[in-house]
Amino acid sequence: MLFEKLALYMQYPFVRYALIVGVLIALCSSLLGVTLVLKRFSFIGDGLSHVAFGAMAVATVAGLSNDMLIIMPITVLSAILLLKNGQNARIKGDAAIAMISVGALAFGYLLMNLFSTSSNVSGDVCSTLFGSTSILTLTKEEVALCIILSIVVLLIFILFYNKIFAVTFDENFAKATGVKADGYNLLIAVTIAVIIVLAMNLVGSLLISALIIFPSLSAMRIFKSFKSVTVCSALLSVFCAFFGIIISIVAGTPVGSTIVAMDAAVFAVCYIIGIIKY
Amino acid sequence: MSYITVKDLSVGYDGVAVEKNINFTVEKGNYLCIVGENGSGKTTLMKTLLGLRSPLSGQIEYGDGLKKNEMGYLPQQTVVQKDFPASVKEIVMSGFEGSAGLRPFYTKAEKEEAAANMERMGISDLAGRFYRELSGGQQQRVLLARALCATKKILLLDEPVSGLDPLVTAQMYELIAGLNKDGVTIIMISHDIEAAVKYASHILHIGSDIFFGSKNEYLKSSAAKGFLATEKGGEN
Ligand SMILES: Nc1ncnc2c1ncn2[C@@H]1O[C@H](COP(=O)(O)OP(=O)(O)O)[C@@H](O)[C@H]1O
Ligand SMILES: [Mg+2]
Repeated sequence: MLFEKLALYMQYPFVRYALIVGVLIALCSSLLGVTLVLKRFSFIGDGLSHVAFGAMAVATVAGLSNDMLIIMPITVLSAILLLKNGQNARIKGDAAIAMISVGALAFGYLLMNLFSTSSNVSGDVCSTLFGSTSILTLTKEEVALCIILSIVVLLIFILFYNKIFAVTFDENFAKATGVKADGYNLLIAVTIAVIIVLAMNLVGSLLISALIIFPSLSAMRIFKSFKSVTVCSALLSVFCAFFGIIISIVAGTPVGSTIVAMDAAVFAVCYIIGIIKY
Repeated sequence: MSYITVKDLSVGYDGVAVEKNINFTVEKGNYLCIVGENGSGKTTLMKTLLGLRSPLSGQIEYGDGLKKNEMGYLPQQTVVQKDFPASVKEIVMSGFEGSAGLRPFYTKAEKEEAAANMERMGISDLAGRFYRELSGGQQQRVLLARALCATKKILLLDEPVSGLDPLVTAQMYELIAGLNKDGVTIIMISHDIEAAVKYASHILHIGSDIFFGSKNEYLKSSAAKGFLATEKGGEN
């Protein structure tokens, strides 16, 4: 019965598109999540998602046909700034990030209220924050762009995997022995920015951090090597995104929150397994 | 030409010097111990030697075939590393990244060398184990094996025995002395003045008055007398 229903849904292109995009985004965001958590860079993910929201508001107000043209450069630039800030002055950096992220949020909301031509402003805001149904209305071009960017992120991650490990485990040692650690930090920050912009369509800007951080925290409860944590976190993330989307379509719940709720539930399970096992 | 020549060096943070007028040389095969009170700037000096911080003034010259990025490093352990998910193998192999350039994967030769370095540090049986499950002494051996993968020329060790029990500490010192005998130049920061005097060929004492010289010269100096007295007093 359930499977028949699923098979029926799969015949609709929008469902297939949503699943492809959702799984790819979940995969990409979980990969760098491990590094972000271990490097104590989680704050960058959080700050950036708010910046991306502000940028989205600007794009909406400017009435651009392609939002990405504004959102992507602003978010990438902010990633670079936040990284520099966080490294130079630890304590002051935290406050600066809080300021930027809350400021971007307020500014974005203000812009949308003042200039939006839409009749349902709070609906628009709500869907940018918590993810819209837009994942179910993806065009072929959006799906193609998402696939291309995901492949780029995946390639970067695989090609630089060993370097990302070295820089994450011990940045000072890496630098002292000639690894261009600053360059790789930059690469990590820019990649995170790209992932956040991609993921905004899926879960909305407030929930992106969850998508990035939950799977790696779950994996770390159970596994103890970098590789197994990375692989497990990718699998968990893909699993949650896939079934989250299916559930949301079948049960009519919001896509983003359903996926994040799945992630949280999986974390709870992993937490318990971690306690029992060790 | 020496491996490292330091002239009138000042080190510190944000333009404020922690320690000034440091002068010393390190020759190939030396075992230099850096001693001094807590907060006197030993770690800061080591980071400056490694190129992690820039000198406030003065010069550091590298010579005799040693390049700036050919220095192995054993940092003071950070909180982040304590519960980092990583296997012993993953950590040891990461020592090669500095020489790998943009090459994404490790070569067969590198894998064999990593195995040899683990053998040398007596941790071959730990290869499949996980870093956060190891004892403090085992973790230090893993980090030493990683440093050997990066270079065989010189190792800079920042308080390598802090937090280890006496027996493991003694083993660690012997291990380091063995490496030095095999031709690896050692620069070690230590609190343990007795071990410094026992193993080192040269001593650099930093603090209110700076001393640099061979071990025997150090024992006769005034810097040593004051420091040895306070260290002994501190232990009782
Ligand atoms: N990142 C930093 N920024 C500013 N000051 C620092 C920093 N790290 C250490 N210091 C200060 O520099 C001095 C020397 O520190 P350090 O080199 O760690 O001493 P040691 O290793 O000899 O105990 C200390 O007074 C310390 O407070
Ligand atoms: Mg120190």
